[in-house]
Amino acid sequence: MRDRLEALRDEALAKVAVAEDVRALQEVRVAYLGKKGPITEVLRGMGKLSAEERPIIGQMANDVRDAIKEQVDQKEVELEQAAIELQLARESIDVTLPGRPIQGGSIHPLTQVVEEVEKAFLGLGFSVAEGPEVEVDYYNFEALNLPKDHPARDMQDSFYFTDELLLRTHTSPVQARTMELHKGKGPVKVICPGKVFRRDDDDATHSHQFMQIEGLFVDENVRMSDLKGVLEQFAKSFFGEDREIRLRPSFFPFTEPSVEVDVSCGMCGGKGCRICKQSGWIEVLGAGMVHPRVLEMSGFDSTKYSGFAFGMGVERLAMLKYDIDDIRHFYTNDMRFLAQFKRV
Amino acid sequence: MLVSYKWLQDYIDIEDLTARDIAEKMTRGGIEIDFVHQLNQGVSGVVVGFVKECQQHPNADKLNVCQVDIGEEELVQIVCGASNISSGQHVVVAKVGAVLPGNFKIKKAKLRGEVSQGMICSLQELGIESKLVQREFTEGIYVFNDKVEVGSDALAALNLDDEVLELDLTPNRSDCLNMLGVAYEVGALYEREVTLPNIEVITNAEEASDYISVTVEASEDNPYYGAVIIKDVKVGTSPLWLQNRLMAAGIRPISNVVDVTNYVLLEYGQPLHAFDYDRFGSKEVVVRRAQGGEKIVTLDEQERTLTSDHLVITNGNEPVAIAGVMGGATSEVHDGTTTVLLEAAYFKGATIRKASRDLGLRSDASTRYEKGVDQDRVLAAGRRAAAMIAELTGGTIVSGVVEEDVLSYEMATVRLDLERVNNRLGMSVSMEEAASFMSRLGFTYEQDGDVLHVTVPSRRSDIQIEEDLMEEVARLYGYDHIPTTLPKGATTQGALSEYQKKRRHVRHVLASSGLSEVITYSLTSPEKAKGFAFETTNNSPIRLAMPMSEDRSTMRTSLIPHLFDVLSYNINRKNQEVHVFEIGSIFLTDEDSLTKQPTEKEMVTGALTGLWHEHSWQGEKKSVDFYVVKGILEGLFAELGLTEPIVFEQAKLPDMHPGRTALILLDGKEVGFIGQVHPALQKELGLKETYVYELELEVLLKHDTKPVVYQDLPRFPAMVRDIALVVDAHRSAGEVEAVIRWAGGALLKKVRLFDLYEGEHMEEGKKSLAFSLTYLDSERTLTDEEVTKAHTQVLKMLEEHVGAALRG
Repeated sequence: MRDRLEALRDEALAKVAVAEDVRALQEVRVAYLGKKGPITEVLRGMGKLSAEERPIIGQMANDVRDAIKEQVDQKEVELEQAAIELQLARESIDVTLPGRPIQGGSIHPLTQVVEEVEKAFLGLGFSVAEGPEVEVDYYNFEALNLPKDHPARDMQDSFYFTDELLLRTHTSPVQARTMELHKGKGPVKVICPGKVFRRDDDDATHSHQFMQIEGLFVDENVRMSDLKGVLEQFAKSFFGEDREIRLRPSFFPFTEPSVEVDVSCGMCGGKGCRICKQSGWIEVLGAGMVHPRVLEMSGFDSTKYSGFAFGMGVERLAMLKYDIDDIRHFYTNDMRFLAQFKRV
Repeated sequence: MLVSYKWLQDYIDIEDLTARDIAEKMTRGGIEIDFVHQLNQGVSGVVVGFVKECQQHPNADKLNVCQVDIGEEELVQIVCGASNISSGQHVVVAKVGAVLPGNFKIKKAKLRGEVSQGMICSLQELGIESKLVQREFTEGIYVFNDKVEVGSDALAALNLDDEVLELDLTPNRSDCLNMLGVAYEVGALYEREVTLPNIEVITNAEEASDYISVTVEASEDNPYYGAVIIKDVKVGTSPLWLQNRLMAAGIRPISNVVDVTNYVLLEYGQPLHAFDYDRFGSKEVVVRRAQGGEKIVTLDEQERTLTSDHLVITNGNEPVAIAGVMGGATSEVHDGTTTVLLEAAYFKGATIRKASRDLGLRSDASTRYEKGVDQDRVLAAGRRAAAMIAELTGGTIVSGVVEEDVLSYEMATVRLDLERVNNRLGMSVSMEEAASFMSRLGFTYEQDGDVLHVTVPSRRSDIQIEEDLMEEVARLYGYDHIPTTLPKGATTQGALSEYQKKRRHVRHVLASSGLSEVITYSLTSPEKAKGFAFETTNNSPIRLAMPMSEDRSTMRTSLIPHLFDVLSYNINRKNQEVHVFEIGSIFLTDEDSLTKQPTEKEMVTGALTGLWHEHSWQGEKKSVDFYVVKGILEGLFAELGLTEPIVFEQAKLPDMHPGRTALILLDGKEVGFIGQVHPALQKELGLKETYVYELELEVLLKHDTKPVVYQDLPRFPAMVRDIALVVDAHRSAGEVEAVIRWAGGALLKKVRLFDLYEGEHMEEGKKSLAFSLTYLDSERTLTDEEVTKAHTQVLKMLEEHVGAALRG
């Protein structure tokens, strides 16, 4: 019996070793370890054995059964592992194939610039005010200290519909309207982005329609040094921390004193280059202290209140920021142009 | 304004400064210098030559062979083609080796067999604009009239070694439209004295009032008119220095009398006019408004028809000049003029501006009158001109100025409160500094404690209020020295309005849905303004009074035609896939002629053509279709969270595909539309299948929105039943879905159409729609029986109301 058990063990283990899949292995398990299997048969026949032999053979039969089971179990794990690996190998893909594209549009670069400028001034406590493109002469000119025969009206030859209605030449009328709404009580802190119009032939640097952002701050004791401070913060926020500003005297009918504001050239750092025409500075906006007549006309006491205003061209900012050389690109909307400004 | 650096030296000592120094200083001081022009334009090697001999070229009719003395040991032979060359002339010679503008080098040459050692030049060949060259020399070489040294530098003789500053003046600084004004400005910046011209008027014993009388009938337009008589003049060419200065300032020399009036105009900023006294037509000057329809032939030989808005100088009968704009042809100074009637007048800016605009005539005189001349200088300029005319023409000034003068002005006195200055500018200027700035500007003042009472000379009429003086203080103090501060007042919270926030969100949602934002013009052509007009009734075109072109004459009433332009532009450049949107205003009025502002409606509009998905390794390409666009809009509406559902309703609209267009309704009201452009219009525009939508943004963004209210997650399972229905082909999916929702009752939580089938294996005129229905009770687990009951009811209603049968 002893020999029989040893032979069974060797036979079973050999079959386990060659089992190629889980099914073959299962057959071995059933054949040798099942209730009708040879080992059970051996155990059943133990009654014929002597009392001395019985525990020895019983022990041996159990050992053989355990050994076979262990081998079968181990082989089963191995086979399952192999099957998984095979499956994974079959499922492997080419990760360099392109992904499924998601449609992505773009925000117009002028809008992006407006949003960025808005961000800078919202952070400084300004709100955003808007107004109509077709304006009345009063808000576009007269309320801004530009009476009907004022020579400065030459500066911005305008598109009139009637004697009293025109396409606004700047977004300053929004400032006049906003001041009126405040009924003489400060503070007024707004920026006014929008489309404006002038009688210019369209070419690389002129457009009969363009965009402006103007700003207004009226309160008690607003100083010119505050204007400088606020615009410096803006310049650093919009153009970069390392940029400086400088003021030059200028003239606008609605401000006094008036200034042109230059920002140090970002291309050359102020040393002089093609972009800044060797001067180291780039003119970016006009500004000044609100003219007392403008304050009075909009219902503010100019002995108590003062303020500053500023205005900038959005196209110019965009052209400087992206080094774009032709203003017409903004309005022809070539997809190859627009696609360069993806940022949703 | 063009300012000659050398001429400026007549009034102020600037020899230690270069033209560039001055340009930089003036620019930082508030007067922008656009350019500093080098008059020599790189020219070298040109000298004054004397033509000793001039003979016709043996082999060429139109050429002359000249022997020219250029101050060297031997004469040089130069072949010259100018018709006005002759012996005995002093001319400009470009020697062999000379360089002319454009780096044009002069070499020794042989012309038709004759050696030519240089070139005799016209002024144009030296880089002077033709319009500045004296008329007699525009078609030939330039001939010196004055004595010039042979062999000397011709650039120096012509003052082309000068530099000219080009001033870009802001409208308030018309005081710098003349040399004296510029001298005062430079003087203030550098703390230097200004020397005024020395005027010596020597008169004879006669009285001007015996020659002429002056009557001003329109004294509001013309508060001062002065007439001076200069007799025995001999009209001729001006001396070279005078011609040179005029040319440098951009004015063509004409004759000594006219040149003097132009010279004094440039020097004093005061326009002057010289009449031929004998051709004036009478002995009286009468200034009045023109009669409507009155005519005058001006100096440029043009007949001008005047209106009663225009001011004229008359001889009592008829106009002889349009005041301040241009003189008349009949009384023009000419070669034979012997007596000059010189006008020095002050005309009101607005009157001159009106005439200049109406007649389309702008002159150096009208520009200055428009901006306001210095009242204090009118007579001084007249005297200066009279003295110069007498000197240059050999004439005699008749004693006295015949004038009518109601000019009344007081020197403006402006208060300058030091504390206010420092408060407003945010800096600390001392009293001494402020006072010294006033002195540098040539302003006088009285000090009263911390206040200066400043008397402003009439040349600076731009200074009227304290803020104007603050600017003067600031600019002389230097804007760089103004400190940088932040406002002291209470801080404010900056925020976008709800509308602005939502509009920004719309823009970003559309961009992330695959559309690119564009910006187009608000002005368009009348035809395009009609297309897709938002409201076809009660909508008149809003047209500019004076458009620059028909293409930009009318305000748009829809953005769609503008997006078509964008599509066409791109397709012409082989950008086939164009998916764009714009947010912008349209302009509407019901008035035939505009009396009030039109309604501006903000719209969000899209246009798509070409492929939506390109062909890829994983799948087929897909063109843009109705449902692509609808899907984008549905996504947008979902983002907006409106309290009411949006409904798409089949519609027929002009220029749109009759079967592929829908109105978009909110609360039952139309807020826009979507659809395919009519194939006929697509063809006309050269577009392939194109889809558009246009929505009233304001209505959408101002509509109530649902607040976010959290719902407990369902604790009980939902039951899903799918049904495939057969319905008549004309039934819309919307109709069928509405029946399902209505019949399903409270337990039916979700309905989703997941299949549409038409064609093979379907009965003719029928189609199949498949829906997935989700039933749920949030309070308990639904039993199969309950769901079946509800579901049976749905099927029954479908059959009754839309004739739907379950697909077998």
